[in-house]
Amino acid sequence: MDILITGLLLGGTYALIAMGLNLQYGMARIMNLANGEFLVAGGFAAFWFYTAGQVSPLLTIFTVAPLAFLLNWLVYVVMLRPLVKRAKSHGQLEVDAILTTFGLAFVSVGIMLALFGGDYFSYSYLARPITLIGDTYALNRVTAAVAAVIICGGLWLWLNRTRAGMSIRAIAVDPKSARLVGIDVPKLSALAFALGGAVTAVGGALISTFLTLDASTGVMFTLKALVIVIMGGVGDVRGTIVAALLLGILETFVATLIDPGLTLAAAYLLFVLILLFRPQGLFGRRTI
Amino acid sequence: MTLTKRDWQSITLSAVLLAVAACLPLTGDAYMLSIGITIAMYAVLATSWALFSGPTHYISLATAAFFGLGTYTTAIGIENGLNYWVTLPVAAILGAVLAALVGLATLRLSGVYFVIFTLGLAELVRQVVTWGQNISGQKGLYILTDITEVHIYWQLLVLAAIVYLTGWAIGRSRLGFALRIIGDDEEVARHSGINTSRAKILLFMVSGATAAVVGSMLAPRYIYIEPALAFTPMLSFLVVIMALLGGTGRLWGPLVGVIPFTLLWEAISSSFPNQTTLLLGLSFLVIVYLLPRGFVGLIESGKRKMREREAFA
Repeated sequence: MDILITGLLLGGTYALIAMGLNLQYGMARIMNLANGEFLVAGGFAAFWFYTAGQVSPLLTIFTVAPLAFLLNWLVYVVMLRPLVKRAKSHGQLEVDAILTTFGLAFVSVGIMLALFGGDYFSYSYLARPITLIGDTYALNRVTAAVAAVIICGGLWLWLNRTRAGMSIRAIAVDPKSARLVGIDVPKLSALAFALGGAVTAVGGALISTFLTLDASTGVMFTLKALVIVIMGGVGDVRGTIVAALLLGILETFVATLIDPGLTLAAAYLLFVLILLFRPQGLFGRRTI
Repeated sequence: MTLTKRDWQSITLSAVLLAVAACLPLTGDAYMLSIGITIAMYAVLATSWALFSGPTHYISLATAAFFGLGTYTTAIGIENGLNYWVTLPVAAILGAVLAALVGLATLRLSGVYFVIFTLGLAELVRQVVTWGQNISGQKGLYILTDITEVHIYWQLLVLAAIVYLTGWAIGRSRLGFALRIIGDDEEVARHSGINTSRAKILLFMVSGATAAVVGSMLAPRYIYIEPALAFTPMLSFLVVIMALLGGTGRLWGPLVGVIPFTLLWEAISSSFPNQTTLLLGLSFLVIVYLLPRGFVGLIESGKRKMREREAFA
């Protein structure tokens, strides 16, 4: 029971991060391997605001989100759009995008190392116990999960109820046909990419309240988010949330009962099972 | 198989170059030798990487996983009384098996899954090895052999020769032809009756086995190994950069990238050790935006321009 709830709390935050990546990969069609670095940057911002000015991370996200949005939008327009234009095929774009965002990831790590050094960063925010259904949990984990749920819910409403959200989903389904019904694909792809980056950075700010981050942990989060997105089905919001919760539970389970050093191995186990049995995602339909 | 005059020329040229390279230890300069080993190691790794990733465009980030597997095979083998020379083929087999497993899980699907999977593979194996050591209460392993740097260097050169010959043979075989079609258009390849998964997995196995053997050859150089050292993810990224920087369109392409990049890397990591990640990132960006076909592409378009100019004159 204890494991289940801790897992769900962790999974809630994972859902937010994976949602960001899903917006970028599923909707804007860019496999962003620098995603985790934006998460760490968001975490660093929260750390910095908290230690320098005692600003609550829950308020910091309102600064982090627009900044990350702007930065990701710039990355898309300046660096990725030329690649989209240059690519002769989808496969070519995929290879280019992977190499570029990978390069970007290393550059960001390099810059963060230069700015903050290679130390671990953690601060104590809301590190109080809270009792839920007879067991005690850390308040910061609960707060982060609740905030993640609120943001995920908002995103879901936006994607399903507004015109821009629906257009973005149309692009996710078929970019070519989306153009035929008058959707401005380049503009909305940039929007989806930027929004995805903002969501990830917010997730980073929330996660930094209870996890210790250092400049080079980004890639681990990228991997986990990728596993979640693929498990949930690319472009599928509901699948992403379910997959994130599953991964959160499995990871907590492995970390408590076997060894905390095996969390990635746990994520990979899920990944392999999905690839072997349901490569189209949990709720996806088979297209090939 | 008939060899044309051009084939003989390139074989002779390669043999001469290899013989010259083999003379490097005779200079007696320890620093030169150590750089030579690093270059030979990356040359083998990058070339075998390009054998698979060049024609198929599947970017493998798993070199470190295979390398570490090889290192550990040799270390554990020697500790349990095996002869060093026996551990090399064992490492090759294990590398091929691991590659086959990864290939079976991911190569049937689109390229992205493969990239993601290989990205975490080294970390995964590292976590499992660390966990295994935690259980058995061991921290690292000592590798004590009478193999010196010169031996390692020569072994790597022999391996390089084998890799080049294999690559050359594959390029002329049905398998190589099939891979080039897969790289151009996988759909077309499937429709013309090529078993695409089998071809990709086979070549990935060659690549994985080679990286594992390199790992075991270098094991005696480390003397003491622990998971973080043997499975350093940096190795995978460096191999990708060097191969792409040189260009994967030609068999000798990666070598053209390996030599300058190794020297640059050595220089940067000795004088600005904190900026290596930045350099790594910038290299990726340079490759995508400035050198999409690597140095080979640069050389070949230069040649074409020369020829055109001659035609006009």
